[in-house]
Amino acid sequence: MNTIETSSVLYTHYERKEGNQQTTHYCPGCGHGVIQKMIASAIEELGVQNRAIFLSPVGCSVFSYYYYDTGNIQCSHGRAPAVGTGVKRVLPDSVVVCYQGDGDLAGIGMTEIIHAANRGEQLTVFFINNATYGMTGGQMAPTTLLHEKTLTTPFGRESERDGKPLAMAEVIASLDAPAYVRRCAVSSTKELLRTREAVRIGLKNQVDKLGFSFIEILSPCPTNWKMSAVESRNHIEQVMKQFYPLKTFVDKRPENVCIKNNSFPLMNDDELLSLLTGDLTARSFESPVIDSPKTITIAGFGGQGILSGGTLLANSAMAHGLDVSWLPSYGPEMRGGKASVTVIVSDSSIPSPLDEKPDFLLAMNGPSLQYYKDKVKTGGTIIVNSTLVDDEIGRDDVNVYGIPATAMAQEALIPSAASVVMVTSLAVLSEVVSVFSLKESLNASLKRRELLDANMDLMKTAENYITSNFLVNNYNKKV
Amino acid sequence: MQKRLVKGNEAAVLGALMGGCTHFFGYPITPASEIAHAAAYYFTKAGRTFLQAESEVSVINMLYGASSAGARVMSASSGPGIALMGEGLSYLAGSRLPCVLIDMQRAGPGLGNIWPEQSDYNMVVKGGGHGNYKNIVLSPDGAQEMFDFTRAAFSYADEYRMSVIILGDAYIGQIMEPVDIGSTVDHGKRKDWALYADEESRENLITSIFMKPSSQGQHNRELQQTYRRVEKELVDWEEIETEDASVIFIAYGIVSRICRSAVALLRKAGLRAGLLRLKTLFPFPSEAVLNHAKRKVTIIVVELSNGQMCQDVRAAAQYSTRIIELLKMGGEIPSVEEVVSFTQKTVLRSAH
Ligand SMILES: Cc1ncc(C[n+]2csc(CCOP(=O)(O)OP(=O)(O)O)c2C)c(N)n1
Ligand code: SF4
Repeated sequence: MNTIETSSVLYTHYERKEGNQQTTHYCPGCGHGVIQKMIASAIEELGVQNRAIFLSPVGCSVFSYYYYDTGNIQCSHGRAPAVGTGVKRVLPDSVVVCYQGDGDLAGIGMTEIIHAANRGEQLTVFFINNATYGMTGGQMAPTTLLHEKTLTTPFGRESERDGKPLAMAEVIASLDAPAYVRRCAVSSTKELLRTREAVRIGLKNQVDKLGFSFIEILSPCPTNWKMSAVESRNHIEQVMKQFYPLKTFVDKRPENVCIKNNSFPLMNDDELLSLLTGDLTARSFESPVIDSPKTITIAGFGGQGILSGGTLLANSAMAHGLDVSWLPSYGPEMRGGKASVTVIVSDSSIPSPLDEKPDFLLAMNGPSLQYYKDKVKTGGTIIVNSTLVDDEIGRDDVNVYGIPATAMAQEALIPSAASVVMVTSLAVLSEVVSVFSLKESLNASLKRRELLDANMDLMKTAENYITSNFLVNNYNKKV
Repeated sequence: MQKRLVKGNEAAVLGALMGGCTHFFGYPITPASEIAHAAAYYFTKAGRTFLQAESEVSVINMLYGASSAGARVMSASSGPGIALMGEGLSYLAGSRLPCVLIDMQRAGPGLGNIWPEQSDYNMVVKGGGHGNYKNIVLSPDGAQEMFDFTRAAFSYADEYRMSVIILGDAYIGQIMEPVDIGSTVDHGKRKDWALYADEESRENLITSIFMKPSSQGQHNRELQQTYRRVEKELVDWEEIETEDASVIFIAYGIVSRICRSAVALLRKAGLRAGLLRLKTLFPFPSEAVLNHAKRKVTIIVVELSNGQMCQDVRAAAQYSTRIIELLKMGGEIPSVEEVVSFTQKTVLRSAH
């Protein structure tokens, strides 16, 4: 058939078609027109024309939007299930028709169909199996039968070279999520009636939000099969049906489990804003303590709280109204257990955030001291975690202090807070941030809030230790 | 003005939500995964949609569907993923669908490594897929701009019905800085071309097909007109101490911040250096480049690629001044010191 009978869901005059607007673009005897009429009738019967969105694939049915008086989206080759997923996630009450050929669905689009089916997307997929790439002139499709001759299998499809035909309904039925999987054909009056029923069930399932429905339809392509319309229908009955049995593989309608929506409620603007602002903003003192940019590098290994020590310092600088940048060591470096972060604080906006020449190095283990010590600026300061580091510094143009950070953190039963001791030392020994703002910023910087008190106590211990021990450089520089 | 200390990658997600984005489709790839992680948390918590797709091909097609349905949509990826999205980007352009993407560039070609490069420039700025189309491309230089540009991207995308791509790099995503997230959510409006599964929008058709060459030609011409409008209305850059400069760096992203440090050091050393920082890459700030080129300044393009952006600088300068390249690839990045000494040597050489 090459004219589509009327349904209120189909246009009577194909204005989008450039050329003869009275007939469809399908060849005589083609299955597409028959199936599309059935889909239109089912949409009409279900009363969902306004909610219906038809996804035209790449293939002979690419111009389905000439005919459907519904919403229409033309999709790229094979991706209708992904496009449909996008539509349904925005419009859960829409009725999305995924209409795909065998090259489209079982070839290039295999990934998309499997995953949409596996997620149980609320979609109805019509899979038109005509065992050929119709639009491009009759090449082998994943569904082409063995020994069948096509443009790309001129001597016949061979399983050793081309693989065996893919039975998609069986593949989809092997998944747990789909609600309805059935294979039909449009080869006889009896099969047409069954197909009509399947089409209606597939769409109704979507309206009822029962989940994913997949209807494979064996459909004639007289043009590329080089057969008459009658021969084509016989070919389906006598040959294709042998390999592609017509049956219902999955039907979960009796279970009638409407898919639940487990998502969080939609936040209004105020709720969203408080989610995004969080309580993570440190208090502001608006009293800059430094007059030139300072670069602080904290380095050690993972588990010493390096990054959160940096965050604490950065939050504290922010509370002083300073600009600040925080840049961690990155990527593969972190896998080896090394960790470092560079914090720059400045009373004006910070240009490069990289760790080129730190003013302060907080070295929390030996290797990081070795790596960074020569980069520290002349006149700069190195604070060493003396529990773990006993290395030579080899420079007499920097100030060096030692504090047993790891031991203190262990004693306080929060070994991952060794960096807090180091940052506190920095605050006492320098003008970068005040100890007061550091304490005030602690809450905003902690991942585990229940450790606030323990961290605060550790800070006080560190502060006392430093004020009583650090009147002079106390670390043996071993120059 | 209350600020929050946020990483660039997270700032983009905050910007997206403040920009009215409701749907994020993602696929993991370093260095963009953190954006997906933050989106998975914030979008879900806020009752918006985060979905991990099965591939970047699926991502771009989910975006295509969700954008067709009128939503403000986005994803984030890196070179290999953006390359897979090429066909989809072209379909979005052909169907005139708005979409926002973030490309956190890593080193290539192939799997390359996850260190920063700026070698997706041609792919992203020139289009990325087949056909005569463009994306709007913004280049942030830190966490605040990751927020600001992402937020604004959604209104640009809707206004011009185009894809907007935020072209970042591995470092820009990692920097944590104080970010002002503002207080108004920009939800956008109902789109008269989109599908809402209702009677009013039923007639709407999303397609990139025009069968007659004359119709496809007309469609293409209309797209080019839109791009000309974008060039006029959106072009943006920052001039840093360029007024009296004899040497001007041209850079974007992390490199622009290195150059900014170099400008300060060079000025201290008595050399009048300046920086033209590109904030939009398409539209390219050609006029700004030409203005300086006409003054016969020395232009130094510092870039983490084989000179992809420099090609556009040369074209904009109409070959009227000396343009020198300082290029790094593979994840190496120039130190401030290196930029300074390179510049001093260059200037010395030209003095002789
Ligand atoms: C990415 C891409 N690759 C290839 C094509 C060319 N192409 C157009 S239609 C088609 C085959 C369609 O066959 P099928 O899905 O079986 O549908 P039918 O035409 O038989 O209905 C191909 C390969 C394309 N448009 N896009
Ligand atoms: S080529 Fe085949 S599938 Fe395509 S319209 Fe003609 S008969 Fe139908």
